[in-house]
Amino acid sequence: MTDPLANRFDSFPSRSAPPGGQSSASLADILERVLDKGIVIAGDIQINLLDIELLTIKLRLLIASVDKAKEMGIDWWEHDRSLSSHAEHRQPLEKENQRLREQIEKLQAQTALPPAADADADPTPRRATAKRAQPRSRPTTRGAP
Amino acid sequence: MTGLYLAYTYAVARPTDGLHRVATTLSGVAGARAHLVEPTDAGEVVAVVSPVPAADFDEAALRHHLEELTWLEEIARAHHHVIEEIAAHTTVLPLRLATVYLDDDRVRAVLDARHDAFRERLSQLAGRLEWGVKLYIDTPAAPLTAPPQDLGPGRAYLHHRRAEQDLRQAGYQAAQTAAERIDAAARLHAIDRVRHRVQQGELAPGPGTNVTNDAYLVETEHADAFHAAVVRSTDDLPGVRVDITGPWAPYSFATPHQDEESAP
Repeated sequence: MTDPLANRFDSFPSRSAPPGGQSSASLADILERVLDKGIVIAGDIQINLLDIELLTIKLRLLIASVDKAKEMGIDWWEHDRSLSSHAEHRQPLEKENQRLREQIEKLQAQTALPPAADADADPTPRRATAKRAQPRSRPTTRGAP
Repeated sequence: MTGLYLAYTYAVARPTDGLHRVATTLSGVAGARAHLVEPTDAGEVVAVVSPVPAADFDEAALRHHLEELTWLEEIARAHHHVIEEIAAHTTVLPLRLATVYLDDDRVRAVLDARHDAFRERLSQLAGRLEWGVKLYIDTPAAPLTAPPQDLGPGRAYLHHRRAEQDLRQAGYQAAQTAAERIDAAARLHAIDRVRHRVQQGELAPGPGTNVTNDAYLVETEHADAFHAAVVRSTDDLPGVRVDITGPWAPYSFATPHQDEESAP
């Protein structure tokens, strides 16, 4: 025939190749399914799972982030083992502190702001103190041994 | 030494009359026709396979190609296309992208080894498809209220920040409410749910900010009710948008998962 397989392969990969162009699904929706979901069976050709994992992580930078949801207190990520790898438990208070600290620093950077009335101390050591005083979210010591 | 072609495997499916014919009309990832591979003792599962050139799909080539977004998109769409078409005819378990064997015999060996597990999951998914539901909130605009004139620059800045904060909080509140309502409505008609990561970035441009990205497993005959309920659930909420995609082959449910099964 005029269209032997070998010929079709020759032009591969080319932009004109994708079959049909049928599905209107977005690439992001497709990728998150074909890469992240579906059954994983080790094939003979080992793009080993590690490579796929790395690829998935790279793609995540393109299509996905959990930060937004977390920021909003939608926190199912914390309970999903596959998603919580770097879900260090951030206390809301700690976050609030962080935000306030940033705000203070911004304000301090604004020279237009008149110095506070009791500006007897150098601001630098102050900030350092504040940072050190920052409570770590370490659990309180439990009862006597 | 490997042959010229390898066996790219798309999915495991439940055989039906005419599935062979359907498969052979499908053009796979490298443009070649798909076909079915049966287990040694013809059983209740088949694999959907197509030949791909070894030069493009051996380990080195594949690793290299997968880094190219254009190539990846082609493969991903072709992979999805085959699965979608097969799913229109029978129950499928999609395999992860780029599951490649040396030849059909090796695919057959996998079917033989896992026949029962495949059959069981296929029967659980029979008559069910996946729907994607994404919730977006409008990206908050700059606060409208101008700070009072008499504020110094520092306080004006704070005022502005507070207004921004309030606006964002209001948006988050709306998103929470919408997310809860959608899920409640969806679960009335769905059998299972899987949460995906929210989408943002180059491949997933707005409008709005994606705040939930869920997949629901729904009986085919409940699809309309599911759809309607989800749409209705946020009708009266301003500033939110719901994007429903599907039906999808049950990608997100191909592997049974632990977290949600026992949810109340």
